[in-house]
Order: sequence, then C-alpha cells, then structure tokens
Amino acid sequence: MSAVIDHHAGHAHDDHAHDDHHGAPHGWRRWVYATNHKDIGTLYLLFSFTMFIIGGILALLIRLELFHPGLQFFNPQLFNQFTTMHGLIMVFGAIMPAFVGFANWMIPLQVGAADMAFARMNNLSFWLLIPAALMLVGSFFMPGGAPAAGWTLYAPLTLQMGPSMDAGIFAMHIMGASSIMGSINIIVTVLNMRAPGMTLMKMPLFCWTWLITAYLLIAVMPVLAGAITMTLTDRHFGTSFFNPAGGGDPVMYQHIFWFFGHPEVYIMILPAFGIVSAVVPAFARKRLFGYTSMVYATSSIAILSFIVWAHHMFTTGMPVTGQLFFMYATMLIAIPTGVKVFNWIATMWRGSMTFETPMLFAVGFIFVFTMGGFTGLILSVAPVDIQLQDTYYVVAHFHYVLVAGSLYAMFAGFYYWSPKWTGVMYNETRGKIHFWASLVFFNLTFFPMHFLGLAGMPRRYADYPMQFTDFNMVASIGALGFGLSQVYFFFFIVLPCMRGIGAKAPQKPWEGAEGLEWEVPSPAPFHTFETPPKLDATATKVLA
Amino acid sequence: MTKTMNALIRRARSLSLERLAQGWLAACALLATGAARAVGDLPGGPAVLQLDLPPPVTKIAEEQKWLHYFMLIVCVVIFICVFGVMFYSIIKHRKSKGFKAANFHESTTVEIIWTIVPFVIVIFMALPATKVVVAMKDTTNADLTIKATGYQWKWGYSYLKGEGEGINFISTLDTAQRNMSDAGKPSGDDYLLKVDNALVVPVNKKVRIITTAEDVIHAWMVPAFGVKQDAIPGFVRDTWFKAEKVGDYYGQCAELCGKEHAYMPIHVKVLAAADYAAWVDTKKKEMAAAADDPNKVWTLADSIARGATVYAANCQACHQANGKGGGPIKALDADPVVLDEDKVKQVLVVLHGQNNGAMPSWKQLSDTEIAAVVTYTKNSWSNKTGQLVQPSDVLAARSK
Repeated sequence: MSAVIDHHAGHAHDDHAHDDHHGAPHGWRRWVYATNHKDIGTLYLLFSFTMFIIGGILALLIRLELFHPGLQFFNPQLFNQFTTMHGLIMVFGAIMPAFVGFANWMIPLQVGAADMAFARMNNLSFWLLIPAALMLVGSFFMPGGAPAAGWTLYAPLTLQMGPSMDAGIFAMHIMGASSIMGSINIIVTVLNMRAPGMTLMKMPLFCWTWLITAYLLIAVMPVLAGAITMTLTDRHFGTSFFNPAGGGDPVMYQHIFWFFGHPEVYIMILPAFGIVSAVVPAFARKRLFGYTSMVYATSSIAILSFIVWAHHMFTTGMPVTGQLFFMYATMLIAIPTGVKVFNWIATMWRGSMTFETPMLFAVGFIFVFTMGGFTGLILSVAPVDIQLQDTYYVVAHFHYVLVAGSLYAMFAGFYYWSPKWTGVMYNETRGKIHFWASLVFFNLTFFPMHFLGLAGMPRRYADYPMQFTDFNMVASIGALGFGLSQVYFFFFIVLPCMRGIGAKAPQKPWEGAEGLEWEVPSPAPFHTFETPPKLDATATKVLA
Repeated sequence: MTKTMNALIRRARSLSLERLAQGWLAACALLATGAARAVGDLPGGPAVLQLDLPPPVTKIAEEQKWLHYFMLIVCVVIFICVFGVMFYSIIKHRKSKGFKAANFHESTTVEIIWTIVPFVIVIFMALPATKVVVAMKDTTNADLTIKATGYQWKWGYSYLKGEGEGINFISTLDTAQRNMSDAGKPSGDDYLLKVDNALVVPVNKKVRIITTAEDVIHAWMVPAFGVKQDAIPGFVRDTWFKAEKVGDYYGQCAELCGKEHAYMPIHVKVLAAADYAAWVDTKKKEMAAAADDPNKVWTLADSIARGATVYAANCQACHQANGKGGGPIKALDADPVVLDEDKVKQVLVVLHGQNNGAMPSWKQLSDTEIAAVVTYTKNSWSNKTGQLVQPSDVLAARSK
C-alpha cells in the first residue's frame, strides 16, 4: 500500500552495511519481483478482493435470474456456469488467498521474524495465482462456455464438459501448487523463525491456527490434485476411474473429493478463528480466555476434519454402519467448536469492552457463525440430512459459515490491522455503516434460504416452482444490498486508507491490543525485526 | 425427557407463531411485489411461504420431522443461553459504563465442564437419530419393487416385482411447463412439477425404489415421503417408502445433472388398493395396444406424425420447436447430418449422442420412436429430403 512506499522512501538504511541488498525496487519491479512479505501480503489481499468482486458479480447474476420463476435472463446451461464459477472463484480465488495475504502480512510481525522463510518462493506462490485466475475466469470465453458441473466437479458430469473443464482443472492444479508453497513457507516461518523467547505456547493464536491450517493444506491439496487429474485422464486418455461406461465408480470421485473438501472447509475457517481470537481480547481489554484449550480445540477440529468427509454423501446410499460412523464423527466436531465459542464469550465476560468496527465484526462473526454451526449440527443428523441434502438449506448453512464466518473475520482483521498496514486510521463511521449493512443484508439474503430448503427447493436450479417465489425475491434483494455494501467498503474505506487519507495511525491504535505487531511503527516499515528482538516474559513486548 | 420433548415439539408444530409469521411474510411479499401472484399451495408439493418440512406421509418422514424439531429446539435453547450471556456481557461490561476489566484468563474446571456437557448433549442427539437411520436403511420385505432410472433429463420407471410387474414407462416434464419457463411466464400451482406419466403406487404397501442412471448422477427425491436417493450410473442403490395417505406427491431431481437439471420432476400418485389394481389393468392393456410392432413398415406421413410427438416429448426442450436450437445447441434445420443422403449417420447420432454427451444418447427410445423422429426432422422446417427411416434401419444401426 502506498503509505508503505512513502515510508520506505523516507527511511534511511545507512546504518546497515548490506543496505543495497535490501533496497526495494520501485515501480512495477517492486511488485513483480516482490520478496518482501508485506508487499506480497498486499498483493494477495488485492488479488483476493478482485476475485471476490468477480465471484460476487456472478452471485448477483444468479440472484437476478432467481428473482422470479421462469427464465428471464440466462439459459440453464449458462446459469450452471455461474453457480460453478461462483463457487470455484470464491473458494480458490477469494477466501484462500485472502487468508494467505493476512498470513504474509502478520505472521512475521507477530513472531518477530524479519520476513517469511522463503522469500522467492513466496513471490512465486503469489504470481502463480495470476495465470491460474486468468485461465479460470477466461474459461467463460472458451467454446461451450465455462465449466458447469458445480464447484464439486462431480464425475461423470465433468466428462460431458467442453474444453473449459481442462482449463479449470489446470487452473486448480496451479492454485493448489501455490497453496502448498504458501503453506511450506508459513510452517517454516512459524517453526524456525520465531524471535528468541517466543515459544510455541506464547505465540498469538492467529499463528497457531495458520500453522495447523498449513498442515491441512499440505495434506489435502494433493488429494484434490489427484481427483482432478483422474478426471483429466478419464476425459482424454482413455482411463475409467470415474466413468461408469468403462467400469469406473463415480462415487469414488466423491470420496476422494470430499476427503479434500472437508478439511478444506476448515482451511477456510481456522485462520478466521485466529483473527477473532486476536480482536476479541484487544477490545475486551482482557487476555484471551483458555489459550491452551483454544490451541487444543483447533488441533482437534483439524484432526476430526479428516474422518467426517462422507457426511456430504449421505444420499449416495452408504451402508448403515457408514452413515452412523460419519454421523457420530460429524457431531463430535460440534464440541471443540463449541469450546472456542465459549472461550470467546468468557474472554468478553467482565472485560471492559468498546465496539469499534473490528470488534463489531468479531462479535458479528461469533453470533452469525454460530448459527451456521448449529445448522451444521442439524445437517449432521443423517435422517434429517436426507431431507435437506442438495437443497437451499445447505446453501444457507455454508454461506453462514463462509460469509458470516470467514469473510466477517477477514473484515475484522482488516479493520484491526489496516492502521498498521497503511499508517492511517479508517473512518470509524464508515466502518460501522459497512458492518451494519453487511449484517442486515447478509441475513436478508441467506436466512430465507433455510425455509426454501426445508420446503424442498433443490440447489443449482435455474427455475423453480412458483411457491418458492417470495423467499427467492427476498434473497435477491438482500444479495444486491450485500454486494453494494462491499462496493462501499472498497471505495469509501479501503481506497482512502490506501491513498493515505485519514487520521495518522499511532503505533498502537487499540488500547487493549497485545503482540509484537504493535511494537513497530505505523505504517510498518519496509523491513522489521531485521535483528531478532529481545522479548519480555509474555513475548508480547520488545525490550529496549 | 423424551416426553417433555415430544410435548414441546407438538407445541412448536401447532404454534400459531408460525401462522403469524407466515401472515406477516405474506404481507411483506405483497408489499414487495405490489400484487398477489395467482399461486396457491400444491397439496403433496411445496406450499407458499412454507417454513417447515412438508407434512409427512410416511413413518420415516414423520421421524425425520420429529428429529428436526428436536434438534432445532435443543439448538435454539443452547443458542439463547449462550448468547444471552454474551449480550448481557456486551451490555454490562462496557468501558463506556466504567466497567474495569477483570484479570482471569484460565480455568481448567470450566474448560472441562464445557467440553463434557456438549458431549453429553451430542450423545442424546445421536441416540434417536441412530434408530431412524437403521429403520431408513431397511429395504427388506418390500411389497413392490420399482426401478427408477435417471436419464438426462427424465425418469424411467420399471415395475420389477409385485403387483404391476412388467409395467414400464418414461416420465417427462409436461412440455407446456418447459415452454412457460423459456418464455419467462410461469403459471400454475404445479409449475415445473407436472409430468406426462406419474409413478403410481398403492397406499400402505412397502415400496422399494431401486435407483440407477443412464448418463450422469441424478437424485430421486420426494420430500413428503422423506426419501432422497442418488441415482448413480453403473450402480444400483435402493430406498423405500410406505405411503400412508392417498394423494399426489411431488419432488424434483436433487443432484446437478446438467442443463435441464431443474426440469425433471417426480410425481408419485398414491392410490387405494382397488384403484391401483384397476390402474395396473388399464396400464397393461394400454402397453399391449401401444406396443409398436418392430417389423411394421411405415408410410412417410404416418412416420412424420408419430415423429412429431416423439420430438415434442424429447427433443424440443433443447432443439426448439422450430429446429433452430440456440447457443451451444445445434440447429437441426438445414443441418448437414440431418440432410445427409446416408440416413444411418443421423440415426447413429441419436443412438450414441455427440460432443461428449452434450447431445445425450437416446438409445432408451424404441426403434420405432427413433425411426419416426429421424424421419420427422428430415422432413420438417426447411428440411425436405423425403427420406423415410424404418424401425428396421434403427435396429441395424444399433449393432454398429
């Protein structure tokens, strides 16, 4: 962000003998050759916001068609392309890279490291995303249009897709490679580059959740790569892994996909837990309650996430014992997740709270995410899931978890840390407008979808029976409002901050905030902690 | 505990709050749209502003509804307790009220309590659910076994065992519904749910549905019966229901299966035993009468007339009534394959599909139907080949 540039320009490095190695290139070279974790973090965040807007436009096109029954705007094939690409872009292009952006910016600052462990790999893992994203989005313009098999890419429907399917598969391979490189970087940074005195159990929870997330990524991204590679060879090289015409098993695809897919869900939420665990104590002016149990709960969630995948497949016709096992295992996840919510509330309890925008989003997260958690618990009950599987109830559930969960936490993180990034304070009134608009419109969009699902409206439908009209209209109106709120966020909050417009941010703008990121000036200089800092006993302060 | 729970659930179901909410929402919807749409509840299908699972018609659906209410009530109670505490804290423990922060941040006892208590609650949730899972999966001792085959984009039903054995037919969305959808002018309570041939079953008999598919995965779902089962190509799966009330029940395909995913509904007609027997009788006679003699030699005019109905039922949704197709769908009008001297070329496309299934295979149609529809397309719109395809040509092409 520009404030970072300005600061660097004015920052003399004369006191370092190896100054010339550290000088940042200017202009486009600074970004294309970027090896600085802050620059790469900024790139990740801007990239993911762009993808978020593209995915959001697709969502609005979907809601436009569904505003009224009957086909008014798009043919069903194009509609299927919209739902598929909305899912793929939001998951792989928006949420995952955004969290990597947060990790790049904050993890070295929080553990007192000079940079990420592998600076050049960091550059590569970002720049790989660009061709992948271009290929993914560009698939709309290929013959036959974009992939239309749903973001889950179930075989054998994928075998019927046009050439864009191959482009999509290739794009996901590249994004997977990028994620794995990012994860290696994060793991090595967290494990090897902490400042002396920053023991693992003193580390901010955001670093912990990302450490666990990075292991999850390394474990499951190759599984996805395997599944889509098998799809690719089925399409072009005469194999029949999933093609029933050659003796293949389409259900095997689902097993492999969801063995990736379920941990993926936690990949998208664990870093969010980390952000909320930083914001809540800061604004309650009270230390995080049950730090140790938070670490254990996060690990339990990660481990359990590997043994619940088939709850996405209750309707495929699993044997009784299979259904029971996956039902029980899924219900168990409610326990560590509950522990986290209880810990956050215990942190707030008898604190001295103020409600600036980061705290609003964090509390909004806890409140609305928990609703998504409860619908998840309801869905885990196999007999109930039989009724709700593949209906709008599921759509409501995962948007409560991913939008009110991951996205809200990222907003909280943005408002909390952007003074450190840009050196200026965002406008508090505007932040509050953004929060309340997002909260109201989010619920307006997704709450009625629970009713649609209970009434039996299947998802991925371009047209629907007339009885479903009213709730669809409400959802469409809400979606438009939610989309506009995010446009407002960019133009009236993010952009002024990037331009350096606003009150100058103090080194530590939040009274109750703790951690090494508040030990460096705002905006954070281009290079921080070039020599390992000496830390106090709690590892939250640098000793002079 | 179960008793109180049951009472609570009964209370919740009859709660006038739901009515109230529905009324309020209806009013809102009216305001929003400016005028009432002419649509009412569809008995056995969705209701306007439905907030809940549909009225159950089978034991399993009833159990599912009970479980859902049980879960919902437990979750809402926990939700209110937990967030009651949070909002109390938010209101009371504010800096602006001069509240000073306490300094506690750990308590092993508390942590253990709030791990054990949810664990116990989860076990209480799992127990009744287990019972239902076991009942749901027991497909033995069926009175009637029907195979439901998913095609892109319709359902085929074959009565395999029990009263009506040997009956089979295809169930497709009523053509007028698809046209209304394209025109963007939907109407009717059974919009997108009306089919040409409903699945007919007897009341109070255990019906086992075996699902499979021809091309991609579909899912056979009837919410009132509490049934949803994927239909997977190359594999057979089963589910069952025992409908306890005579009537019409509706569902839709619930697994993304391509372009016309939203247009392959399920309509089950539940009849009393005597009516069912009568239906079986008529259906069998009808099938015997309608069975095409595969050796019949058709005249051009007859074949075109027969082909027109086959076209309307199967091809029109994509290729359009004017044969022009649209978007990725090829036009049949003036298409070189359709106009080709060699009749077999087009027959092979119809039999095996084309472009990786973008044009699906239609080999489930009879030789007579395929012959007729090919004849029809070769002699409609601007196509004037005068060619006539006989069922025997199709039979010969099938082995190619």
